[in-house]
Amino acid sequence: MFKRLIQGLLPVTLAAAILSSPALAEDRSIIVQSTTSTQNSGLYDVLLPIFETKTGIKVNVVAVGTGQAIKNAQNGDGDVLLVHAKPSEEKFVAEGWGVERFDVMYNDFIIVGPPSDPAHIAGSKDAVAALKAIAGSKSLFASRGDNSGTNKKEVALWKASGIDPKAGSGDWYRETGSGMGATLNAATGMGAYTLTDRATWISFKNKGDYRIAVEGDEGLFNQYGVILVNPAKHPNVKQAEGQAFIDWILSDEGQAAIAAYQLDGQQLFFPNAKR
Amino acid sequence: MQDFAQAFGLAFGLVFAADPDLLEIILLSLRVSLTAVLIACIVGLPVGTLVAMGRFRGRTAVIIVMNALMGLPPVVVGLLIYLLLSNAGPLGWLRLLYTPEAMIVAQAVLIAPIVAALSREVIEQFHNEYAEQFRSLSVPRHTAAGALLWDARYSLLTVALAGFGRAVAEVGAVIIVGGNIDHLTRVMTTAIALETSKGDLALALALGIVLLTIALSVNAAVMALRLTAARYAYA
Repeated sequence: MFKRLIQGLLPVTLAAAILSSPALAEDRSIIVQSTTSTQNSGLYDVLLPIFETKTGIKVNVVAVGTGQAIKNAQNGDGDVLLVHAKPSEEKFVAEGWGVERFDVMYNDFIIVGPPSDPAHIAGSKDAVAALKAIAGSKSLFASRGDNSGTNKKEVALWKASGIDPKAGSGDWYRETGSGMGATLNAATGMGAYTLTDRATWISFKNKGDYRIAVEGDEGLFNQYGVILVNPAKHPNVKQAEGQAFIDWILSDEGQAAIAAYQLDGQQLFFPNAKR
Repeated sequence: MQDFAQAFGLAFGLVFAADPDLLEIILLSLRVSLTAVLIACIVGLPVGTLVAMGRFRGRTAVIIVMNALMGLPPVVVGLLIYLLLSNAGPLGWLRLLYTPEAMIVAQAVLIAPIVAALSREVIEQFHNEYAEQFRSLSVPRHTAAGALLWDARYSLLTVALAGFGRAVAEVGAVIIVGGNIDHLTRVMTTAIALETSKGDLALALALGIVLLTIALSVNAAVMALRLTAARYAYA
C-alpha cells in the first residue's frame, strides 16, 4: 500500500518540482551590477523594497567584485552599475560604456588583524606606514588579488609605500583571489592582516578574536558611485527604469534610507550625493 | 566545534519553520537540477547507446573524450555559457543570462557527458552479452537499442542519479550564469556560498545539511521506485 502510494506520488512530485517555476520576473525589472560589500552588509535588503514598492520596478542585484561588475556591465549584462573604484568608474564612462557617474555614498576601509599584532600596527592611523611595518616584519597579509574595488585600493596603498608585495607572494603575501568574505575567512584562519571595507567588517559574523588595527586614515576613504550603462552601446539597457533607480537613490528619500541603515548600532554607509 | 551543534539546530529550525525563502530556494534547486538531468538524459543516452553499439573508426578516441569531459570544471562551463549568453555574446539576443533557464543549460552541459559516458559503459556490457542473440535473430538496430535501454534501465537510473548529484552540488557554473539573484536565481549552493562569504558559517552549514537531506530524499525516492517496480516485474 505504502509503496504503491510512493509509486503514484513520485512522478507527480517530480513533475511539480520541474514545472513549479518561481514567479516570473516582472516586465519592469532591472539588473544592477554591484559589489559584494553592498549586498553582504544587507543594505539592498532595506533599500530595494522601498524603491520597488514606490515604482513597481523589480531590482535584481548581481553582487560580484568591482572588476567583474564593470566587465559584466561592459558586456551589456546589466542596466545600472553601482561599485566602488572611482578611477575605474571614470574610465568606464570616458570610454563610453556608461552615461554619467554620480557619487552615492561612502564609508571607509580598515586594516584588521589578529590580537597578537605581529607587525605592531594596532591603533595606527597611517595605512601606508602600517603596510610598511607588515612587509618589514613579514607578517602574513591576505590580499583579495581579484581586481575588486578593495583590491584596487590595496594596490594603490602598496604603491604609495614603495613596496612590491608580489615579491613576497605565496610567502607572507597571500593572494586569495576571492571575495571579501572569503578573504576574511582565510585571514582569520591563518592569522593574517587584511584590508576590508567597514560595512563588510561590521556585518561579518566570523570575526573570531580579530580586531581593527588601522582606521581613520584619509587615504582609506571608500566612495561608491552609480552609473547608467550606456544605451547607445547596448540597446537592451532599460534606460527609463535604470534612470528611475539612479534618480531615486540620489534623491532625499534614497539618501535618507541609506543613512538610516544601521547594524549593531553603527551606520554602515554615509550618503553624499551632490545636488 | 560550536558551529556544528549550532548548524544542526539551525537546520532543524529552518526545515520545521518551513521558511518560505528556503522553500523557494529548494524548489528552484530541484527544478534546475532535475530539468538539467532530463535534458542531459535526452542528449546523453542516445549518444552513449550509439557509441556502445557502434563499431567505427576513432571509437576509442570518442570514448576517451567522453570520459574526459566527465571532469569538466563547473566554473569553466559557467564561463563558456556566460560568454555565449552575454549581451555581447552570440546568443545574447535570447535574453537568458541571469535566469533559471541559463542555469539549466549550464548544468545540462556539465552533466550530459557524465550520462553519455556512464551509459555507454553500462549499455556496452549488456550489448556484449546480447550481441550474438541479436545477430542470430537479425534484430534491427533500433529494436536492439530499445531492448538494451530497457534491460539496462535500473543501471541507467543510477547514471541519472550520478548526474543529478553532480548538478545539485555544483556552484561554479550556476553562480556565474545565474548571478545568485535573490528570489530569482538563488539556489542552495549559491546561498551556501553567500552565507559563507558573510561569515555566517553555522547558517551555511545548516543549509548544507538541508541540501544533503534533499539529495538523500531524491535517492531514496528513486530506490523505492526501483524496488517497487522490480517487485511488480516478478509478481
